[in-house]
Amino acid sequence: MSRPRTSSPARPMWMGRPSFLVTVLKAVVLSVTVVVMLYPFLYVIAGSFASSNARSEGSLSLIPTSFSLDAYASVLSGGIVTRALMVSIGVTVIGTLFSVTLTILMAYGLMSTKDVPGGRVILYLVLFTMLFGAGIIPNYLLVRQLGLLDTYASLILPGAISAFNLVVVRNFFMNIPREILDCARIDGASEWRILSMIVVPLSKGVIAVIALFYGVAYWNDFFNAMIYLNDTAKWPVQLVLNQYVLQGSPLTPLQNPAAPPPPADAVQMVVVVLATVPILIVYPFIQRYFTKGVLTGAIKG
Amino acid sequence: MSGTTPSSDVSTTSTSAPPEPLPALRPVLARKRGLRQRMWQARWLYLFILPGFVYFVVFRYVPLLGNAIAWQDYSPYLGFSGSPWVAWDNFARLLTDPEVANAVTNTLFLSLLQIVFAFPAPLLLALLLNSIAGDRIKRVVQSIVYLPHFIGWVIVVSIWQALFGGTGVVSDLLAQITGSPVNLMTNPDTFAILITSQVIWKEVGWGTIIFLAAMTLVPTERYEAAAVDGAGALRRIWHITLPGISTVIVLLLILRLGSVLTVGFEQIILQQDAVGAEVAQVLDTFVYYRGVLGGDWGLATAAGLVKGVIGTALVLGANWAAKRFGGQGAF
Repeated sequence: MSRPRTSSPARPMWMGRPSFLVTVLKAVVLSVTVVVMLYPFLYVIAGSFASSNARSEGSLSLIPTSFSLDAYASVLSGGIVTRALMVSIGVTVIGTLFSVTLTILMAYGLMSTKDVPGGRVILYLVLFTMLFGAGIIPNYLLVRQLGLLDTYASLILPGAISAFNLVVVRNFFMNIPREILDCARIDGASEWRILSMIVVPLSKGVIAVIALFYGVAYWNDFFNAMIYLNDTAKWPVQLVLNQYVLQGSPLTPLQNPAAPPPPADAVQMVVVVLATVPILIVYPFIQRYFTKGVLTGAIKG
Repeated sequence: MSGTTPSSDVSTTSTSAPPEPLPALRPVLARKRGLRQRMWQARWLYLFILPGFVYFVVFRYVPLLGNAIAWQDYSPYLGFSGSPWVAWDNFARLLTDPEVANAVTNTLFLSLLQIVFAFPAPLLLALLLNSIAGDRIKRVVQSIVYLPHFIGWVIVVSIWQALFGGTGVVSDLLAQITGSPVNLMTNPDTFAILITSQVIWKEVGWGTIIFLAAMTLVPTERYEAAAVDGAGALRRIWHITLPGISTVIVLLLILRLGSVLTVGFEQIILQQDAVGAEVAQVLDTFVYYRGVLGGDWGLATAAGLVKGVIGTALVLGANWAAKRFGGQGAF
């Protein structure tokens, strides 16, 4: 997207000045949209800090009448959620590194199919998977056949490369001026050196975008974990969230029977917050890159 | 590969090679040696491609062959080679299974709602954002509305549960108004609306990206000319913006039509138990329940395969139609 460098609201002459009524109407619609998007998050965050019965029935207020960290203490001392968070973090970090590496290598290899006999065929094989994929059952049976059920690898390998991300990276690589790479080749640089010293540093933006896409996909993944993991000790946080928030199983054994337990609502909201926070943390850093990334993929995808 | 005529660099390298073959054989040998030489030159590139290639073969193409169990009475104990072949039995059973009919109906109904409501929503929002002159406001709004796209379905449904569930704040308000307890998360009558609203909430902002980008490509002169001719803002949208981005709209619609048999598996399966299969079972959840949980592998695979084939045919068909009617199509 093209962003004018000037920060002043540049209204071209032809646009004319909208009437006051229209301006107000637009402002109202936009404000409502923003509130609808943000309010649920704020509500859950506020709710996670509420102490017993602090949330008065039917109140839309975001400020709890009494603030407490009891729910956090209870969830984090329970062990289940902490372990699930560790699993999710591990799978996300390792999976993202693995996927990004494989995607970059393959995208570079297929960058100019002229130079690689058979490369075009491989590229079409990849593109075809965007059009037609095997169903749930054949994938499940494959994972079982490979002995990957109940392993963390089953959360990473089946979706290791996304054809879409591969196309995004390849398109970006193809826009790097050919002369730069040819110069390096004439100077005797190996392909590995060209990739790691020239291509990757020039493509930081797009790599950040696909790392975000992969990372978010691994973090949010529920489907693979649900069908491939029976062992609850290996569950990532999304499965725990489903079990305890949506299916309503009690989460924590009472740590201290003397003290009143924190309200169940607050405990559930704590789990929701903990599962969301990592995304909220990385989001602002990577946000500025992704419009470009999405569009590079969309143009030639 | 360059086909029958060797490219210039290949022929020069082959002529410079010491042993001179018979002139008649030369082009053939040059091509052969050229190919082998080019492959050798690309050896590092092959090495880079290899892990990804193995991935696509093992995890994307081997399962395609696995679809063969759609023609089997598959049993995990007998395995692929031991299970009896039953020809088209599973497909025939699909036609008479009442659950399949129900799942197809639900899938099409939910898809239709999404095409009618969730598809145009980002377009409307993009038009609104596009009409705002202030760049700052636009950027802030954009970064807020993109956010839910990155939140997984489990979290989204959990958040909605906190708002609309039995003890949720919206339910409380509604209960005070209507005087009877309300739980929108377990009400089968409103399930389709719930699903569609969730999709809009999660994806409306993200969907604006492509529309907004397309809008920036519409030449400004057209707007100027229209304004000179006295067209107001709405008429400019109708006569200039929308025609200017019609290719993109058609393209996205094609892709959407191609996935008409797919409505978010995760989204539905998380909420299916709460409202019951009658309104919530869709094709994907049917395959999961009947196959992975129910053990009727052959039938479930057949259902998934039919769905995949029809989906691909729809994409290709819609693409063909778009080209036929003067558009550009996706491929």
